[in-house]
Amino acid sequence: MSHISHAPHAHAPTSISRVMWLVIAALVPATLFSIWLNGWPALLLWLVTVGSAVFAEFFCLRLAQRPAAPVLADGSAVLTGWLLALSLPAWAPWWIGALGAIFAVVVVKQVFGGLGQNLFNPAMAARVMLLIAFPVELTTWVQPAPLFSADALSLSQSFALTFLGQMPSSFAALSGATTLGHIKTELTRDISVTQALAAHGQSMSASLFGLHGGSLGETAALLLAAGGLALIALRVITWHIPLAVLAGVALPALLLHANDPARYLDVTTHLLSGGLILGAFFIATDPVTSPGSPRGQLIFGFSVGLLTWLIRTYGGYPEAVAFAVILMNALTPVIDRYVRPRIYGHASKAASKKGAAS
Amino acid sequence: MVRWGVHPDARKQAASPQDIERLPLPAMLHIPLLQHSGAPAKPVVSVGQHVLKGELLGARQGNISAPVHAPTSGTVVAISDYPAPHPSGLGVLSISLEPDGEDRWIELTETDPFSLTPAQIAERVAAAGVVGMGGATFPSSVKMLLGKRSQVHTLLVNGSECEPYLSCDDRLMRERAAKIVEGIRIVLHAVGATKALCGIENNKPAAIEAMRHAAADFAAIEVIALPTRYPMGSDRQLIHVLTGQEVPSDGRSADVGVLVHNVGTLYAIQQAVRFGRPLISRVVTVAGGAVARPRNLDVLIGTPARLLVEHCGGLREPPARLLMGGPMMGLQLPSLDAPIIKGSSGILALGAHEIAQEQPSPCIRCGQCVSACPMNLMPFEMSAHIRIGDLDAVQGIKDCISCGSCSYVCPAHIPLSHYFDYAKGELTARERGKMRQESIRQLTSARKERLEREAREKAEAAARRKAERERAKAATAKEATS
Repeated sequence: MSHISHAPHAHAPTSISRVMWLVIAALVPATLFSIWLNGWPALLLWLVTVGSAVFAEFFCLRLAQRPAAPVLADGSAVLTGWLLALSLPAWAPWWIGALGAIFAVVVVKQVFGGLGQNLFNPAMAARVMLLIAFPVELTTWVQPAPLFSADALSLSQSFALTFLGQMPSSFAALSGATTLGHIKTELTRDISVTQALAAHGQSMSASLFGLHGGSLGETAALLLAAGGLALIALRVITWHIPLAVLAGVALPALLLHANDPARYLDVTTHLLSGGLILGAFFIATDPVTSPGSPRGQLIFGFSVGLLTWLIRTYGGYPEAVAFAVILMNALTPVIDRYVRPRIYGHASKAASKKGAAS
Repeated sequence: MVRWGVHPDARKQAASPQDIERLPLPAMLHIPLLQHSGAPAKPVVSVGQHVLKGELLGARQGNISAPVHAPTSGTVVAISDYPAPHPSGLGVLSISLEPDGEDRWIELTETDPFSLTPAQIAERVAAAGVVGMGGATFPSSVKMLLGKRSQVHTLLVNGSECEPYLSCDDRLMRERAAKIVEGIRIVLHAVGATKALCGIENNKPAAIEAMRHAAADFAAIEVIALPTRYPMGSDRQLIHVLTGQEVPSDGRSADVGVLVHNVGTLYAIQQAVRFGRPLISRVVTVAGGAVARPRNLDVLIGTPARLLVEHCGGLREPPARLLMGGPMMGLQLPSLDAPIIKGSSGILALGAHEIAQEQPSPCIRCGQCVSACPMNLMPFEMSAHIRIGDLDAVQGIKDCISCGSCSYVCPAHIPLSHYFDYAKGELTARERGKMRQESIRQLTSARKERLEREAREKAEAAARRKAERERAKAATAKEATS
């Protein structure tokens, strides 16, 4: 025994890579479903995005002359790419995924110092960048054509679509807006929410089971929620942020919809569209960019939800989760500074400050 | 509801079912003169002197100190530095005693503890060298006197034994419950408290049963099953769970009217007060994956740890780590030559799979440490400040109880409690430096004042003399003219 070790001399059976891979595992069912729903192009886009994220991480680590293998094994780059892929339209061209993933890993994560140092959620920052820089590619949705169905693209057609941008002629007519995008457009034309929803022709069960157009991960609300609940059960995440996010959207939606159903969307539509479930369970819960104390997490989560609802209802973009998360990421250091647990044996906040100063 | 803490794998089953065994008399004992918090004891024997079992070897010096006694009869063969049971393995002044095999006691008389005054009880406890046996090793008599002064109303009996592997308190409660209960009654009598709450974690049903049975006749003593959660045995946490009260950050348990004693300490107090027996032995858990037959042993203070392990069948694999105490707060031992002291609750030889050591990776701010911290600190933030040397920005470092819960749960395997111990040492050193500077400043200004005063006095004296001379001169002139 050459070195002296400090207590504790036991450790919980956990590690960063266990945490990351468990989150990834929780995403698998929803991802498989989305790939089935959206066909081969979704799989290709997913592959390109995750691959680019891993490559970008490898590249940065080599540049920094750090050993790459252990860092890549922690799964954080895979998770970043994966979450980004799930937030993109399934039929987006390959370079959208690649560019987004490289931006997420290089600019948002590694430039700030790598794992644990980034201020913003890499996947969401990349999505916001893509949405602003390439609005057309990011808002072109198609009606899903499940794998092995009659309408489905063949593998070669999918390659042509994803890598060469060749949209098969039969599909041009099928492209349409997501529920939230549709409502937003119709509202500007003075068509009420009720009418717009009816005209959009999407049932609630379709939302629940994800049988509609949207981002890869936006569609399978039920499977995503199940994955998120599994993470809570495994204590990988706590319930605070997801619940607060959902409450932040549901409360104003409930109040205002009851008040004026023609102007404001109902709660269920809000909760089941626009990747809110993905955001609540998998993105807002990113530990690096969210507060550390339970109370701070509740404030953070509720604000993400409220901002999402505000942007959806009054803002220019129909889908708001990414913006809400980024805004609240920026406030996380402030929340962590002012919202902290009361230290045992200290009477109040003033007392704890005095204790730290003395 | 208890929200803090962690659930380490208890691993008590290997040692806890067997009865306490008495270790045979060793060939040599090394009794350190410092086994407690406070000043070391001063040796009062000389080399070559024959001593009886229980005879004083080292007398307490200073207010916070404890004496040490001969664990058996024999000859003092050396008074010199012997490696301390501490990671450094540095020497500490110890008395080496060669037993004569007779194990002959000094003369002892039995006394009824309840005929003694509180001051007499405290004096007996102090003379017997009883210290906190849960690991803090604070002299018990000092704590009792403090409790008496601050009018403590409740005695909390700590039988939680929340550290994994350890079962010495568990065994003690199962086998010697009546004596512990008498110890509780003695302390109640000595500090004037009216009530005793004995907290035992609910993973020790046999101990709870034994203590309830022993305390059945005494209405003042209540045995309470606690949730199993580390660090339940920490004073502040135990007080909160049992009484609902929080000890103020800069206060002591006595400030909320309670006094906490470990069950092992209460047993030692009973032995000291009723029989006059000094603290010369204790129950030690010998366990860990590398130990062939884990069990609890009744061991004389000063016995080398090696003999305990050999009595338990030796090591069945090379240990990855040797510890004194539990795995959460215990100290690493450089070797098994270290002697058992009053605070040694366990000797553990852990295998590699048990310590689960990994290279630290970056903090992902997951907040697991925040949920685990029993003091409601934010360890990840504190360690980030300490890492860059910004010790002034660290909030709550003085409240950290070094329980290790944060390090235990950290998925990044960051040695958080190690950071905090470093920061505490650094801050203490700084404070000491500041105090020294302050005293230098006071001395300098006092000297300046003194020099100024002396100069002023000199000048005044000179002026006075001059005035007198002038007056005298004027007087002579007057005389001359008249």
